[in-house]
Amino acid sequence: MNAVLHSLGSEFEKVVTTRMWWVLGGLLVVYVAILAGGFGAFLGWTIQNPEAAAAAGGNTTVPPGVSLAPLVYTFASSIGYVFPVLLGALAVTGEFRHRTLTPTFLAEPRRSIVLGAKFLSQLVVGAGLGAAAFATSVGAGAPALAAFGLETELDSSDTWALVGRGILAMALWGAIGVGLGALVPNQVAAIVIVIAFTQFVEPILRLMASFSDVTASIGRFLPGAASDALVGASFYSIMSTGSSASLEWWQGGLVLLGIAVVATVIGGATTWRRDVS
Amino acid sequence: MASGIPIEITGLTKQFGAVTAVDDLTFTVEPGKVTGFLGPNGAGKTTTLRVLLGLVRPTRGTATFGGTPYASLTRPFESVGAALEATFHPGRTARNHLRVYATAAGLPRSRVQEVLDQVGISEFADRRVAGYSLGMRQRLSLATTLLGDPGVLVLDEPINGLDPEGIKWIRGFLRSLADEGRTVLVSSHLLSEVQQSVDEVVIISKGRLVKAGTLSSLELDAEAQTIIDSPDRRALAAALDAARIPYTEGRNGLIAAEPDPAVVGHAAFVAGVEVSSLHRLKSGLEESFLALVNGEAE
Repeated sequence: MNAVLHSLGSEFEKVVTTRMWWVLGGLLVVYVAILAGGFGAFLGWTIQNPEAAAAAGGNTTVPPGVSLAPLVYTFASSIGYVFPVLLGALAVTGEFRHRTLTPTFLAEPRRSIVLGAKFLSQLVVGAGLGAAAFATSVGAGAPALAAFGLETELDSSDTWALVGRGILAMALWGAIGVGLGALVPNQVAAIVIVIAFTQFVEPILRLMASFSDVTASIGRFLPGAASDALVGASFYSIMSTGSSASLEWWQGGLVLLGIAVVATVIGGATTWRRDVS
Repeated sequence: MASGIPIEITGLTKQFGAVTAVDDLTFTVEPGKVTGFLGPNGAGKTTTLRVLLGLVRPTRGTATFGGTPYASLTRPFESVGAALEATFHPGRTARNHLRVYATAAGLPRSRVQEVLDQVGISEFADRRVAGYSLGMRQRLSLATTLLGDPGVLVLDEPINGLDPEGIKWIRGFLRSLADEGRTVLVSSHLLSEVQQSVDEVVIISKGRLVKAGTLSSLELDAEAQTIIDSPDRRALAAALDAARIPYTEGRNGLIAAEPDPAVVGHAAFVAGVEVSSLHRLKSGLEESFLALVNGEAE
């Protein structure tokens, strides 16, 4: 048990003693601030000026009854989830790239303890990034909505439950990153996979899956879709036809946890067990 | 300090695909002495050490610390300090590097400053390792091994990249560690690099043991030799063959197993071979080492 705590402490120190965590954290905050603030203001403007919006080609008509605030706030996770995945993957691939597995395995020869500590530490780091991202999306989105006289819904417990689930999603994404890094120890390959999958492959798959009911029932198990289901709302949900295709929030969480655990276990049984030379 | 434990390598074999890097290697390293683990590049030294430290799985055989494999040691950093090829995250400072591994091994933070002082890099401790010279990296690597104040030290090429002052320093340092009763195993591809600091030598070539014993036993092997060279080495070799003087080919000429240079010189004279150098081998260690290593290679 002590060994687990020691490895966990060491993994946290590894994260905070290099620059990557605040580079990625800073990018996440800036990215979310621009999108949540900008989208909040844009929605406010289109609702106040429907004719001008239509004239400008703005066809993002918001269906009545859809609350806007959650859509704006969940930019933190629906856009920001790539950051904890990257940081989690780098926590593993960096050890291969800088060949620091040697001192790491000398300090703790039981490799599964090291990988377990990475998994747990990146859950926490992901939650930290999630907290920063939601603080930003609420901090930038709420004033933007309020400026156009729209409801910020900050007095609703549903909003804060959504924030909590969003932070949980970000934590799970950090753990998925660890699993991915263990499966693909080549750092460049892992980064390319994260960017390509989250930014291109999955959005396209989700769009294509939404064309029929059969594919939609499969598409909701895609990690991004599961993440949105867990958080409860995202700007994807206004593009998809209905909420019936989406998983329950807890199912979404289990899908993410399952991906993280399976990837980490397979990586741990393969690349992680190889000779270190 | 943990007490020195012997290192025991028994029948160790490691194959990488079709390549046999280490071939049925057996030797013991005793506490209280500095043992040089020698062999040319590619002889299998690093592979042997990586197997010993649980980083590489052996094909056959065992490598233990007094019977216990590295991975089964209860608190490995406090029993064994190992510095393989210096590997650090370039963006981390030396102090943070040491903290990361002190934490992982469950050692108190105070050890970090202590080992920084011990290897003399305290004033650079808060710089990123990316800016470190090879010599500073070697010292940081050594500092990492000392964190747990271990009874056994396993150092792979620790002298590589050190300046003359650093070499002098590490020789004294290894000596003092052994004098405290620790087991010290130091690998090198150059005997001359370690001959002033080692008591025992283990020499391997092509993954096989060619010599294990005291440094002075190597000197005995080297005694009674003459080194002779000629612009025409083939003719010289033929001359020595004709005179029935055994020899091996060394770096600076042929090493004849004959104590008297006059006898060797006469053999060349009789055959009419021009001699460019002829002298008794003074410190024959390096030549003896090369002869052992090359002999095995043929």
